[in-house]
Amino acid sequence: MSREIAGVKASAGIVIGAALLLQNSELEVQTVSVEDADAEIRRFQEALEKAKADLQEISERVEREMGPEQADIFRAHLMVLEDPELVDTVTATIKQERVNAESALNDAAQGFISIFEQMDNEYMRERAADIRDVTRRVLSYLLGVELGMPGQTKEEVIVIAKDLTPSDTAQLDRRYVKGFVTDIGGRTSHSAIMARSMGIPAVVGTREITSAVQPGSKIIVDGHAGVVIIDPSEEQIALYRAKQAEYDRQKAEWAQLVDRKTVSQDGHHVELAANIGSPQDLEEVIAHGAEGVGLFRTEFLYMGREDFPSEEEQFQAYKQVLEKMEGKPVVIRTLDIGGDKHLPYLNMPEEMNPFLGFRAIRLCLDQQDLFRTQLRALLRASVYGNLKIMFPMIATLEEFRQAKALLEEEKEALQKSGVDLSKPFEVGIMIEIPAAAMMADVFADEVDFFSIGTNDLIQYTLAADRMNERVSYLYQPYHPAVLRLIRQVIEAGHAKGKWVGMCGEMAGDPIAIPILLGMGLDEFSMSASSILPARQQIGGISREMAAKEIPLILGMSTSQQVEDFVTNRFAHMNS
Amino acid sequence: MIEKKVVVGLPHGLHARPAANFVKLATTFKSEIKLVKNEKEANGKSIMGVMASAIAKGDEISLVANGVDEAEAIAALEKVLLEEE
Repeated sequence: MSREIAGVKASAGIVIGAALLLQNSELEVQTVSVEDADAEIRRFQEALEKAKADLQEISERVEREMGPEQADIFRAHLMVLEDPELVDTVTATIKQERVNAESALNDAAQGFISIFEQMDNEYMRERAADIRDVTRRVLSYLLGVELGMPGQTKEEVIVIAKDLTPSDTAQLDRRYVKGFVTDIGGRTSHSAIMARSMGIPAVVGTREITSAVQPGSKIIVDGHAGVVIIDPSEEQIALYRAKQAEYDRQKAEWAQLVDRKTVSQDGHHVELAANIGSPQDLEEVIAHGAEGVGLFRTEFLYMGREDFPSEEEQFQAYKQVLEKMEGKPVVIRTLDIGGDKHLPYLNMPEEMNPFLGFRAIRLCLDQQDLFRTQLRALLRASVYGNLKIMFPMIATLEEFRQAKALLEEEKEALQKSGVDLSKPFEVGIMIEIPAAAMMADVFADEVDFFSIGTNDLIQYTLAADRMNERVSYLYQPYHPAVLRLIRQVIEAGHAKGKWVGMCGEMAGDPIAIPILLGMGLDEFSMSASSILPARQQIGGISREMAAKEIPLILGMSTSQQVEDFVTNRFAHMNS
Repeated sequence: MIEKKVVVGLPHGLHARPAANFVKLATTFKSEIKLVKNEKEANGKSIMGVMASAIAKGDEISLVANGVDEAEAIAALEKVLLEEE
């Protein structure tokens, strides 16, 4: 019997394939007494050697396919298996207590796990998971149970997980992952953003997918409708194959727009740019005909690793993006960590209210070494393309001035040491805090551009945590309050001759696009996969006509009213 | 046996990569290696032991080596602990 589960549509497309569950089922360990302790020790050592050989192979393969940084975690696992404290404890227990290897290993590992779990540093607490992970590998050999190695699949799969953290996705082999389905999360959670940048379908926030699906089951993921079908019937498979074909046809139509500029029906040009997390994403970006990069989320360079990326490493990443974009604008946002994004090696205390807490520019202005390293890497990369530096989470003018002063200091120091910084670059801010939106006219005197970060602007304006499903009804992009703030920012920027962009999910939303176009937004930055549909849509809308509707829209009372109006008013203009 | 007091210079303490480097180097010596912080001992050849001792920048610890190559071990390992970048 097939079963249908609904969730939040997070990334478009349809995929039919086998489910891969990213979860760690418990291996059951029983304590049994043994007669021959030496034979038991040999059994332990054999399992240990097999696990080490596995890790050796995996770390070599990961290094080859994904680079040395990604392989570090597996080398660390190898060291745990070579740890004399662990090995000696296990052998001593087997000898003295005459128990089986499984039980001795489990006890020894538990001892270390509880030490690490109690440490007051997030990085160290996460090491407990590493120890659990390697112990499982040895236990699986002892018990003769096969382990699924989630990150290391060699077949095309649809990844099913409770949630996908940034470090999970960093470890996934992109070539084999054809879709995501998760229990929790919304359109702006990490897994959703990741899926869109990879161009694969995703449904998130299903609440129950991990308990409803068996590993290996056939499933259909419909990213347009936000629906997952488990064990589909032949008829359903045929139906979805047809839908897939229709979507492919639509994609072929979009593909013809790849090399075109984005022009409204009445001849106004706007820039459609892409949001990226790493140089790896550029392939998709270029394939979808982006006219620039509107947001490079540099925090992904800091994630899925054990230590800060060096200045040189960052420089190489920025340079690569600037060069590959061949002179097209590239907006690089400085480190935005905190909120829902943590760095295990940066010891940050738990906060009651992380989205209102110590994050992004607040953290960077406090931990200046960290910030200066990034600024130097950006400055050195500036001569390789059309760089625009953007500071996130600016609330006050002082913060902007302070960040800019640090940038100037690093610039002078580099120039003194003879580094070529001859190419001019712009410095702007992300508008995501209502206070900054209200003060946009004041900021406009000192910044070169604004980019409106709607994911946060919406949650701060309506005071609704976007990670909390119970208040997700308040996450209303079309709420007149949000639209009025956006309008105010665009007008303030234009009054001082500064360009205004948007880099939130809203910029690629078909309902929001006519409104933003009518308000005169200059740059729309979105997931790569949204660019061509947006270009097609904009080609069918007259900006002048859309502009005439803005006063009416801003005077509306509810989000629903705006949505209904835009759908009716502009529907005939969309092909 | 040689015991030497060291003030740790590593910017992030004996975390992650520096801990791994320390253990890898310690393993190349025949001598027994110990790190002592606040009277708590850790086996210098055990990655979990070293990391669990949560040695941070600026901590004063004792580096202890006992064996045929203890002098070389102390000299080499002290250098790792003093590194500032």
